[in-house]
Amino acid sequence: MEGSKRLSAIILAVVIALFLVSWIVKGLAISDSGAALWFSVRDAFFITLAAFLTLAILSFLYKDNPYYKFAEHLFVGVSAAYWMCVGFWSTIVGNLFPNISESLSGYFDVPYKGFNPFYFIPLILGIMLLMRLSARAGWMSRWALAWIVGTTSGLNLIRYLRTDFISQVSNTFVPLLVDWKGVGPFFSDLSLSASGQFTMTLANWVIFVGVFTGLIYFFFSKEHKGFFGAASRVGIWVLMITFGASFGYTVMGRVSLLVGRLTYLFRDWLGLIS
Amino acid sequence: MKRQLPLALVFIFGIFCIFQYFVPHESSEWIYEFLLAWIYIIGILTLALGIWSLIRVSWDKVQHRRPNWQYALVTLLGLFAMITFGFDYCRSFFSSEGLRNYMFVHFFDYILIPIQATMFSLLAFFIASASYRAFRARSLLASLLLLAALVIMLRFNPYLGFVGEYMEQLATWLLNVPNLAAKRAIIVGVGLGIVATSLKVILGIERNYLGRD
Repeated sequence: MEGSKRLSAIILAVVIALFLVSWIVKGLAISDSGAALWFSVRDAFFITLAAFLTLAILSFLYKDNPYYKFAEHLFVGVSAAYWMCVGFWSTIVGNLFPNISESLSGYFDVPYKGFNPFYFIPLILGIMLLMRLSARAGWMSRWALAWIVGTTSGLNLIRYLRTDFISQVSNTFVPLLVDWKGVGPFFSDLSLSASGQFTMTLANWVIFVGVFTGLIYFFFSKEHKGFFGAASRVGIWVLMITFGASFGYTVMGRVSLLVGRLTYLFRDWLGLIS
Repeated sequence: MKRQLPLALVFIFGIFCIFQYFVPHESSEWIYEFLLAWIYIIGILTLALGIWSLIRVSWDKVQHRRPNWQYALVTLLGLFAMITFGFDYCRSFFSSEGLRNYMFVHFFDYILIPIQATMFSLLAFFIASASYRAFRARSLLASLLLLAALVIMLRFNPYLGFVGEYMEQLATWLLNVPNLAAKRAIIVGVGLGIVATSLKVILGIERNYLGRD
């Protein structure tokens, strides 16, 4: 136990020493390019910090460790505060104050839109929501919550019914034989990238059958046997192709992020690549 | 009363928002715009509630020296530092320069972005091990999944020569046709689920959001 603590202390000392060395070296490199001393020290600190945090997160590949936990907890605090500040400046300052107070608008240097008493309602509801923190007046937060839940439920019901149901279903009912001009023109262009008759007809068939069988796969109120079972099997094939495509897309995205981080380490921090 | 009034409010506002869509009058549009603006304003105050909860939980850990309390201290330090810079304490406490504060921008660029990007990039390694396990499954479904993934991953590969061109065509077709079909089936299911849940909430069948007591 004692030995493990000593090892952790040595590793911490090495990490701090490396951080300081990197900070000094980077600062000297920046000041060589003509920047003022204070700016070089400040910029070098941030560049080194970002590199340290990148390596701290990557260290999780070995195992969970204090450096990873440090970066993870720092992220939680900083991101919560970031969103709070963005929300305050964009919504409270940008949307609420211009509608309720001329002096506050002037103070925050945003254009005053005129007094609108209706904007006190969300303010009051928001304050009622904060009553949740009080043991005695906590029940008041339910009124504000009821307003949020009722309004979003009503808005979402219509929005999802239109976009996720009606428009998707209507777009699925496509012509299964596109612009028939005879056998010759039909097979004239078989390229998948072309917008010829064969390609379009094939695409429409795959979309129609894919959506239909995909929905059957997710329908669990009837046993998947006979025709229903066969359609469900086709559905899972189509779904597997989709999951594969999403998987491939995700891999490419993550690898691209990894390349970005490695580029940062080797170019911006170490200066090994140009 | 403490439970019945919120249920009645949910019903009234829910039904109102549904009918508002079917009333093509400018006053209806006006109310709709107001409701959207209000949701954002209340949402920010909800965020304040969440941040207060984070502070309370973290401070409790630090105060009672619970396991890993040092990390809770890091969370609090990061939180207060960012809040301080976000409200532009360095120059004038409240000025519209808040989000353009030098330290605020640098905390975002050199702390938030590196950690977030690296965390997501970690997934590349875990996905690699997941695909290895999928390769070992050797079933028709696993093969379909991996073939599709392979086509998508190889489509921009510059070393494939003329095969790469066909690979790109196939990848685009896979994304635009079978991928669209299955996603549409999933979206239709999700849409119906959301509509059903919204109806349950408006009609008071689903009332877990009220909590106990």
